[in-house]
Formats: sequence, C-alpha cells, structure tokens
Amino acid sequence: MAGDQTNRLNNGGLIDRSTALNFRFDGKTFSGFKGDTLASALVANGVKLVGRSFKYHRPRGILTAGSEEPNALVELRSGARREANTKATTAELYEGLEAASQNRWPSLNFDVMSVNQLFAPIFVAGFYYKTFMWPAKFWEAIYEPAIRRAAGLGRAAQVPDPDHYEKAWAHCDVVIAGSGPAGLAAALAAGRSGARVILCEEDFVLGGRLLADGGTIDGLPAAEWVARAVAELTAMPDVRIMTRTTLFGVYDGGTYGAIERVNDHLPTPPEHQVRQRLWRIVARRCVVAAGSIERPIVFAGNDTPGVMMASAMRSYINRYAATPSRRIALFTNNEDGWRTAETAIAAGLQVAAVIDARPDVSPAHRSLASKGGFPVLHGAVAGVDGGKGGVRKISVSLTGGARAEVEADGLAVSGGWNPAVGLTSYHRGRPKWRDDIAAFVPDGAPPGMVAAGAANGAFGLGAGLREGFEAGAAAARDAGRSGNIGSMPVADDEAFSITPLWHVAGKGKAFVDQQHDVTASDVELAQREGFQSVEHLKRYTTLGMATDQGKTSNVAGLAIMAAVSGKSIPETGTTIYRPPYVPVAIGAFAGHHRDENFHATRLTPSHHWAAEQGAIFVDTGLWKRAQWYPRAGEKDWLESVTREVKTVRSGVGFCDVSTLGKIDVHGPDAGAFLDRVYINAFSSLAVGKARYGLMLREDGIVYDDGTTSRLAEDHYFLTTTTAKAGLVMQHLEFCRQVLFPELDVQLTSVSDQWAQFSIAGPKTRDLLKEIVDPAEDLSNEGFPFMGAREVKLRGGLKARLFRISFSGEMAFEISVPARYGEAMARNLMIAGKPFGVTPYGTEALGVMRIEKGHVAGPELNGTTTAGDLGLGKMMSTKKDFIGRVMAGREALVAPNRQVVVGIKPTDKARRLRSGAHIIPKDETPGPGNDQGYVTSVCFSPVLDQWIGLGLVERGRERIGEVVRAHDPLRGEDYDVELCNSVFYDPDGGRQRG
Amino acid sequence: MRIVCPFCGERELGEFTYLGDAKPQRPAADAGEEAVYDYVYLRDNVAGVMSEHWYHGGGCRAWLKVTRNTLTHEISAVEPAAGAGAAKVGA
Ligand SMILES: [Zn+2]
Repeated sequence: MAGDQTNRLNNGGLIDRSTALNFRFDGKTFSGFKGDTLASALVANGVKLVGRSFKYHRPRGILTAGSEEPNALVELRSGARREANTKATTAELYEGLEAASQNRWPSLNFDVMSVNQLFAPIFVAGFYYKTFMWPAKFWEAIYEPAIRRAAGLGRAAQVPDPDHYEKAWAHCDVVIAGSGPAGLAAALAAGRSGARVILCEEDFVLGGRLLADGGTIDGLPAAEWVARAVAELTAMPDVRIMTRTTLFGVYDGGTYGAIERVNDHLPTPPEHQVRQRLWRIVARRCVVAAGSIERPIVFAGNDTPGVMMASAMRSYINRYAATPSRRIALFTNNEDGWRTAETAIAAGLQVAAVIDARPDVSPAHRSLASKGGFPVLHGAVAGVDGGKGGVRKISVSLTGGARAEVEADGLAVSGGWNPAVGLTSYHRGRPKWRDDIAAFVPDGAPPGMVAAGAANGAFGLGAGLREGFEAGAAAARDAGRSGNIGSMPVADDEAFSITPLWHVAGKGKAFVDQQHDVTASDVELAQREGFQSVEHLKRYTTLGMATDQGKTSNVAGLAIMAAVSGKSIPETGTTIYRPPYVPVAIGAFAGHHRDENFHATRLTPSHHWAAEQGAIFVDTGLWKRAQWYPRAGEKDWLESVTREVKTVRSGVGFCDVSTLGKIDVHGPDAGAFLDRVYINAFSSLAVGKARYGLMLREDGIVYDDGTTSRLAEDHYFLTTTTAKAGLVMQHLEFCRQVLFPELDVQLTSVSDQWAQFSIAGPKTRDLLKEIVDPAEDLSNEGFPFMGAREVKLRGGLKARLFRISFSGEMAFEISVPARYGEAMARNLMIAGKPFGVTPYGTEALGVMRIEKGHVAGPELNGTTTAGDLGLGKMMSTKKDFIGRVMAGREALVAPNRQVVVGIKPTDKARRLRSGAHIIPKDETPGPGNDQGYVTSVCFSPVLDQWIGLGLVERGRERIGEVVRAHDPLRGEDYDVELCNSVFYDPDGGRQRG
Repeated sequence: MRIVCPFCGERELGEFTYLGDAKPQRPAADAGEEAVYDYVYLRDNVAGVMSEHWYHGGGCRAWLKVTRNTLTHEISAVEPAAGAGAAKVGA
C-alpha cells in the first residue's frame, strides 16, 4: 500500500511516486500521483461508486480507462471553470483537482431519484414519444418538469468561460492518429523517408495499448522500444508529436480537425496561454492507427460498480499500479480477455474464476488456471449480485444448463474488440463485417486515408507493427518522399479466437448503453414496435446518442437487434458515423472570436477624432459609426440629436459617410453597363453630374440604391448603401463577368480608399470656401445641384466634390483620400467655427432623411418594389435591366400593394413607434385588416412632433385619412394620419438654392 | 474543401462565396416573362456532378464555373467566367 492509497500496488506503473497530488472528489480529499488520471486515482483510493445513471439513477462505477467511457462522468473544476460531463478516465490528475459526481441528489450514496427505478416501465424505449401522446396539460404540468429534474448529466457553469481558446492551421505530408504500435511504426517509416509528419495522440503518454499490455518488440520490452522509437522521432526535425490531441474529424481536401488539450492538465492555464487549441491539419495522407475499443457483453447487472472492461482492468493494474478489485472474476468470449487473468496473477491479486463462453480453452490457459488455483467455467455470466458498494457475487449459467456462483469483488468483461472505425467512416463510409474477428472493420476510407493495425482489425502486435509501418511508408511515398525507411519493427502475433456473444438472458436490467440507460429489453421492444432500421432504433431508444456516442454500446445494440429480427449483423448494418470522434467544446470552435472579437471592427477615417469629441458610437455591420455627439448639459440623446438637426437646418454641419460602398467604374462601356444594372439610365448622364440610381434583384425586388457620378466619359463613381457595400460589388462583378462579358468595363472597389463627408446646411458654401481652393467656382451656376467633379483644396490636395443632399438642405459630399479623413474632420471644425458648425451622427442623419421622406434600410427591406417606394417612374422603358421583366409580374404591380407613405400621430404629443401596425379606424385589429406597418420613426425638430414612414396598403391614395396604429407588442393603440412622405421642403427649394 | 482558382491557385473554401447552378443562361431582353421566370426560379438540385458559380471574393474577385460532385465534393474542373480577368472577349 502506498500511503492512504489503499488500492495502490507497491511497485510498477507509469506513475511518478515522488510527486503526490492531492485532489477532491465530492468534497472528500484524496491523493494520487503524477501520471494518474482522475479515474486511476479514484481506483487507487478504492472508490468504486462515481456517478448515478441518466434515467434510473443507478449507481455506476468506472467501466473503461479511455475516451470511450460511458459512466465515470464528472463535473470538473468549480465556479466559472466548472465543466460538466468530463470523463474521469481521461482527465489528467493535477494538484488541487476538484471533481463532483453528477446526476445525484442529495448525495451520491443516498440518491432520492433512484426511485426512478421503481417507475422504470415509463422510461422504456420511446418514452419521449409515447408521453407526447398524453394530454398536453399533464405533460407540461407534471411530466416534463419531473423528467428535467430527474434525468440529465452535469451542470453547465452558467457564467462566461474565463479561459482562452485558439484555432491554428498545420500542414504536413502525413498525419497519424494514434501512437500505439501501428501509429509509432507508421511515424517511423514516414519520418525516416523524409516526410513531414504530425503524430496525434489523445493520451498524455505515447504508446497506446503497449502502456497496459506490454509485449516484446525487436527483442526489447515494449516500454523500452517505445522510448527508443519516441527518441528517434523526436530527433527528426520534420516530425511533430502532439500529445493530448485527438484527431476528431476528416473534411474535404485532406483537411483534418484535431483538438489539443493544451492546459487541461493544469488547474488554470498559465498566463497568456490557451486552455485548448483547435487544429485544422491539411495533410496529403492520413494513417488511422486509432486502435480498437473493447466491447462489453450485456447481462443483468452489468452496470454494477466493479464490473469493468477486462482491458481497462489491465490498464489500471499495469499502467497505474492501481487495483480495481482484490478478487477478480473474468468473463470473456475471446482469447485476449485471458490477459487480464495473467495480469491479475502477476500483480498478486486473486482470480476467483474465469467464465469463458468459448467451447475450448488453450492448454496454456488451463495450466495458468491450475497454477493460479481458480476454476475455468464454460458458460456465461447471467447476473450480478451487488450494488453501490460493488460486486459481491456473480451467477453463471454453465454450458449445459447448470448454474454456478462465484464470489468476487470485481468482474472483468471482454466481449471482443471493435476497431475504431469512426474516422474512416465519416464521409458516409459503411464499415464491413468480418466474421473471423466478429467485428466491423473499415471498408475503404476518405481519399488519402488508410487504417492500420487494430483500427483495421489487425489485432496482433506483430501485424499491427507491420501494417502501421507499411501504411506509413506508402503514405510518405505517395507524398513524394523516398528516403530510406530502414527496418520494420518486429514482434510475434498473439493467438486470437472469439465466439461472438452479445447478450446473456437473465433476470434484471441488462444495459446496452450505460450512459443513456438503454437496456437490452428496450432494444427488443423497439424492434417489436416496428423500429426495424438501426437508424430508427437509435432515435427511438436514444442508443448511442449520449456524449460517448455509443463507443461501447452501438455494436452490441445492433447485434441484439439482429438477433431478435432474425437477421445477420451485416444485414442489420450500422448507423451513419459522424464527427467529432470525441466531444469538442464550443469554446474551441469559437477560439478568439468572442465578445468584442466576435467579428472584425471597421473604424471610419474620422473615428479617433470623433472619439475625442465624445461621440456615442453604434455598430452598423462591422462598422462603428458616430451616432450622436453629446454636449455638456444635454440631458439625453434626443436633446443632442435635435440640436444637431437644428444646427444643420439653420447653419451647417457635417457627417462622416465613408461607410458607403464606393466603386469606380471604368471603360468605354461603363455607361452601357450601368444602364443594365440600374433601373434608370446612366449612359445619358452628362460628365460632371450625379444621379440617384436604384438597382433591382433579378426577381424584381429592390436591391440597393445610391448616387452615381460621371467623372469622365469612361469613368463613373458609384456609391452603395453601407450594408450592401460588399454584396453590390459581388453582384456587379457577376453582371460584368458572367452576364455581360462582352462589355468593356472594369470595377474597382474604393470604399476604403476614400474618406467621404456630407456637409449640409444653408452655410455649407461658406464653410467649403474655407476648405476649397478659391479658384474653384462653388456658386449655384458654377456648381449646380447634382453637380460632381474633382476639385483642388487649399494646399493643393485633390478631392472629389458632389452636390448631393440626403438631408434636404443645400449640401455637398466631399471625398478625400482616406489618410486625410481625420485631418478633414479637424479642418471642417476649425474652418466652420465662425459658422457654428456641428458634427452630426447617424441619428441626425436619419431624422433629416425621414423629414425629407428618403427611403433607407427599413424600406429597402427585400420585399418592396420601386413602385412601393414611390420610385416606379424611374424604371426606364427604353432599355433592358436586371429585374425588369419580373418587376412587371401581376402581384408586383397590384394596386393594393403596401407603399411608402408619411405617418404622424393625430395627438402631436404622442410618440410614434416603428413596428406598429396600421388598421382602418374603428375596426378590430386582426390579420384580415392589417394594412401595413410603421417602418421608420423620428422626432422631427422641424415639425416639433414624432413622425414616420410606413408601408401602407394603397397609402398614397389615402393621404389625409386617419387610421389606427396598433402596437400589441408595447400595448399601444392610437390614431395616426397618413400624409405626404416628404415632411420638409416638399418642392426641394432648399437643396437647390 | 479547396478550389483551384485559375488566377490565384489552390485556395481555401473560406475565400469563396457560393452562388449556385451555373447552367441557366440569362434570357435575351425580348425572351418574354416565361423564359425569365424559368431563369430566375427554376434550379436543378443535382445529387452528383453539377456546374456551379463560385466567387473568389477573398482573392482575385473572379467568378468561377466550378464542376463539383455534390455528393463527394470532388471538384473536376474550374474555369473562369467569360468576363473574368482583365482580358475582354474578342479583345
Ligand atoms: Zn482567384
């Protein structure tokens, strides 16, 4: 015994006995050693009960020693780092580790919900579906809340994850999954040939099953051979060994997903380090040496704590020097299971009996039995007498019908081995059945991938080394590497024989899927109820749908299904395999893309200046835009915005509009091109003029709008809305390259190249004169409304100047190279000081466009036509353009369409809200008389009341009509008047002046 | 998945945007509503090899005609759209 670790052997194991680690499980303190997993440390401390099961709250122990574990799931860590459903069998022990068992209340030993077992009949196969047929009230009031309380796994932390995750790419010739004998041999062959190799091992130690089962390779004990191989690989500059890394998926073009648990083995990641790293590995070839998983045999009481996979028992004894039980019975149907009896005897433990389902036992094993003084029983385990304290007695049905009882405190089970066929089957591959090993093996694999060793059904050590070495050599060759691969590692093959046995009939619950509490009788019931396909079986019983994805249960489930339906196992077939092979945290997929880094942030050229001014910013797509500029003494946003609007309408203001999409259109056919993409004509636009343009989608619905200016005969400058900047560019490139390749035109995105400011208000010209070279004529004659040309600024800088107005005021937009954007903002402030200039944000911009009745995003909403927006007359009848034909469809020109109209409350003090529905006055609101809704609203400083735009049925014919604004979301209902959508300066004198 | 752009070489999927079936041809201006309706709305949903439009927005901005097996994602051909690149048809 080592200290208080009652179940620790005095010698052996791959643990560092000089480094003791303290940890807590369910509040109790234990100690283990460096090199332990949480599971092995619990085993060493004699802890058998580690959790309660999903539906029935049955006591459960540790079943396996790897990532296939269905039972030993814990909540690891505490507080914000609490991680539910963590496998104790893969969680590396560290000093101060805290873990708690799951799904029990109030305690693991005394669990109230284990009464679920008494109600077991209601939890049978398909219980979710069946209970849906009960009265809805009963479901909502009683059934669902009860199930939610009773069933389930661990609890999420409920607070943001304090740790960091990242994503990384890697490229190589050969990626290898697994570092057992086949994986190491593959890495040696590929590495020696000069290939760039990445070897992924999910464990924290290399060696795979060699760590537990040993053997002799090249005349050396396995551990020595592994050390030598690892030393050789480590010395190769192009071989990268990644431990704690699971290759979980394969994607198109030889791309593989891998999750590296960088710092899960520490209490918290060191500063500046990530907890986990998600790898995308691009490899020419992949060797899957992921080994195989031992499978259980299903019998009554097979979930009793103390029942363990035979190979797992060897892992605990040999690798961790921890003894799960003192007096062990072994139940096997194959040769390999006997190794556990050998291991137990070598470790000085008692073997109570070996129950072998095969008719014959080898002479070597017979003599082992007589030397060890234990009986060999031919038959099968029919039941286990035990409970939360572990196994007490095992009842055996002997071949021939007699019964026997075996007293033991542990039962090792081996039902044979299932090659890990996940990775090879992820591209909808279906594994094929091999009778000689009674298992599914890969039948082909995604391009570039091959399975080797146990993952390919080659269970012998010699065969595994050979297959791995050959696969590694071939992969390197395929990748164009031809160095000397040296000699192949050699070992003997062990004998292998198996008599398939899946399920032993007996009294009591016999579990197929321990994590989801699916029993053999659930599988049989599902089959009787007509769920004949394995895909239906899976969904009806939830077999294999838990976090372990049925690694220990799927094949047994379908074998039982096959037996009751009278079909063979290959006829029954497997379900589709899907990645990931192990659960991967969403945090790892998100990486750094969370919180403020969720997406990229774009800053306008004047951003830093605006921030200095105290601007409030709003997110519009990726952009941060100044929303308003509060001044001292202003009590809320509305006061600031109203002040900005009044200043513009009476003096002058400016706004950074650089976020608009900007595209230079060059070429002799530029005009003809624009004629085809806009509903109105641009080839007729004079040089030096700008025009508002509207684009449709090919289905006739409005796509985007903006002004386009003709700067030269063969050069137009086009603007898009902020939201559609990238999409319009893509659309125009499609038109140019695919639809109209005959046109000689080129497009250049210049959105980021130009800083653009709108300068608006009656004093705009006064301000501009301070900025623009005095030689430039800015008079109404020299630069009329909708004029556009290049100008020289004071100091010589060239700018583009456009006399366009979104606000309804006398206004210009000026473009300067983006690097001068901030200087322009500063200069406008200095030069504008005598005129009382104000910067204004997107709110004031929006107020003025609504006052002016201009449509924007809320009206260009993907359902409106040009006619709906009041722009139908712009549609040219003299030319073809995108969307022309479909825009003429009956429903798109129907007279009762909802069209843009102005809306104002009859009570001037009333606040109008967007989203309110328009109902005829004195009618009861309902879907039948819903005539539209309010799209945009603002408080209009000019009208001194709330106003808005809306889409209202026949709206333009109903000017002056009072209707009802019905807003059930906010519980409001009030009268509004439909009015002209141009609230301000309807004849446009101000912008032309 | 990766696409070999004729201008940029083999590039990762994230640089490309999918549009869809590349077979429908935009009807001539006088083709009539029926033909335009078919062009806008009727699409084959092929389980197998189909010709698709992809946009290399994260690269050279070329529109590409990609022949791809929708079952296996295997790409057998990539050609630039008629107007992709600087050279003009007939120029
Ligand atoms: Zn490209």
